[in-house]
Amino acid sequence: MNPNPKGETVTRRINKTIVYIVCIFLAVLSIFPFWIMFVNATRSTAEIQSGLSLLPSSHMMSNLRVLLDKSFDPIQGFLNSFIISSSATILTVYFSSLSAYGLVTYDWKLRKPFFTFILCVMMIPSQASAIGFYQFMYKIHWTNSFLPLILPAIAAPAVVFFMRQYLLATLSLEIVEAARVDGSGEFKTFNRIILPLMMPAVATQAIFAFVANWNNLFMPLILLTQKEKYTMPVMVSLLRGDIYKMEFGSIYMGLALTALPLFVVYFLLSRYIIAGVALGGVKE
Amino acid sequence: MRRKGVSYAKFGYIFTFPFVLAFLIFSLYPILYTAVIGFTDMQGLIPKPIHFLDNPFQNFKDLLFDNVSFRKSLINTGLLWIINFIPQIALALLLTAWFTNKRLNIKGQGAFKVLLYMPNIITAGTIAVLFSSLFAYPMGPMNSLFELMGWSDAPIFFLQDKTTARGIVAFIQFWMWYGNTMIILVAGVMGINPALFESAAIDGANGFQTFFRITLPSLRTILLFTLITSMIGGLTMFDIPQLFLAGGPDDSTLTTSMFIYGQAFKGSYMYNRAAAASMIMFVIAAVLSSLVFYLMRDRDAEKLKKAEKTYRKAAKASAAREV
Repeated sequence: MNPNPKGETVTRRINKTIVYIVCIFLAVLSIFPFWIMFVNATRSTAEIQSGLSLLPSSHMMSNLRVLLDKSFDPIQGFLNSFIISSSATILTVYFSSLSAYGLVTYDWKLRKPFFTFILCVMMIPSQASAIGFYQFMYKIHWTNSFLPLILPAIAAPAVVFFMRQYLLATLSLEIVEAARVDGSGEFKTFNRIILPLMMPAVATQAIFAFVANWNNLFMPLILLTQKEKYTMPVMVSLLRGDIYKMEFGSIYMGLALTALPLFVVYFLLSRYIIAGVALGGVKE
Repeated sequence: MRRKGVSYAKFGYIFTFPFVLAFLIFSLYPILYTAVIGFTDMQGLIPKPIHFLDNPFQNFKDLLFDNVSFRKSLINTGLLWIINFIPQIALALLLTAWFTNKRLNIKGQGAFKVLLYMPNIITAGTIAVLFSSLFAYPMGPMNSLFELMGWSDAPIFFLQDKTTARGIVAFIQFWMWYGNTMIILVAGVMGINPALFESAAIDGANGFQTFFRITLPSLRTILLFTLITSMIGGLTMFDIPQLFLAGGPDDSTLTTSMFIYGQAFKGSYMYNRAAAASMIMFVIAAVLSSLVFYLMRDRDAEKLKKAEKTYRKAAKASAAREV
């Protein structure tokens, strides 16, 4: 054992053990349901019903076949979700950075009221305007189009707020002045100089915007009625339907397929994601 | 020769214009439209001319006083939020106290954070369907586990019981969010001036005293912020209860968002009633948001402004006296 001159007391060692036990228990609790999901995706329905197993079986392909036979098209769903999420993410980070830059750099009359306005609209839930939004889209024949899921991303108040805090802390207006002296136009300054400087903030916000759009269920569920337009989360709701009533193996397979891309992204970027969550909380 | 400075003020308007335009079209107009629909008789799949009701508040009155389902949905939403938030904040605070305690010096915090936060990133719909499969009756993973551990003799029909169903929905919500809350709180503690902790240590404060006398009071703003964002998130809770049991059993997991969705898009096409319900939700969210806005206002700037105002007033008064 490691010698401890100051003497780590017995109680502290017991406390430490309790802390580790609780943390390991919580970590297992985080993994367990997903583990069961991936394992059961490889087991037949009969095996699933006969008991719990932590080891995979050999029915992955047959589960996949049953799943795909019943109008579940994970590749189409993946593509739809990807098109919507990536377009919305690009719009969100670009226009939010632009608005934040406008807020921080220029001295305009409505600057303060605009910031107050952003704070006010930050928390409006999309459900509150859903009925009017749906009727509006129905009238201009935009249901079953991806546009109503992408274009609203231009106005993302929470992201503008975050970007403003970031710029306030990092941007020195001398850079902007220097660019002006060199004859750079305002848009060019933003696109060529400021945006690259904002990359750490842009990357963080891009990850969160992408995941939020990817996981969005309410709006696509309302707007998309054609099966070939379904996004991943809407496809998940198919798994709840009667067509898979007793096909547990393929239900787990469907769930695993919808979760897999997120797991890959998460384990590649977890360090940035955790850091981003921490930043988002420090709102002062 | 000094040139007169060019005014760049117009770029402030130009750069924020796309945001404002998108907000007006995709947020403000739909909200106003929703509000208007709430006062009309708009129903049915086929669009027909809509009329304002004789009593414009009829839809709201019906919802609040005569609609059992809507009232149930409000109560459920509140209940589900409370039974997930209290354990969530309690566990997050406990973990924060442990992770930031230098004397405990917990190893592997990074890995724990990654694992505890993980459920938050996975599609809520996927998690809801996963849990409904895990709790399947008569044979599912949970029933197998209960049997294996000897906790039950006969299979349990978890999802038929109101309390269990609500408990599971609240648990999923808790399980998905405590990691997020914990990371925010740990970051908050890291932001506290270390001198405070040092002087507490010199004064001989123990772990409990340090946590309750220094850490918690310093986290006040972050805690309130977490509370209110969680309240608004809870108010709009949809994905998990919708895909877990679609509101059942006996409407015990029906939330307000699901009520709105059900009224408008699941066969009955009662757009006016759904719109009125949305407006009630909007008002609740607006009250909560203004609360957070009030809490997060810049206190120092406000004080400065006030001081400036009184100073200016005094200056004016003295100027007037001089005349």
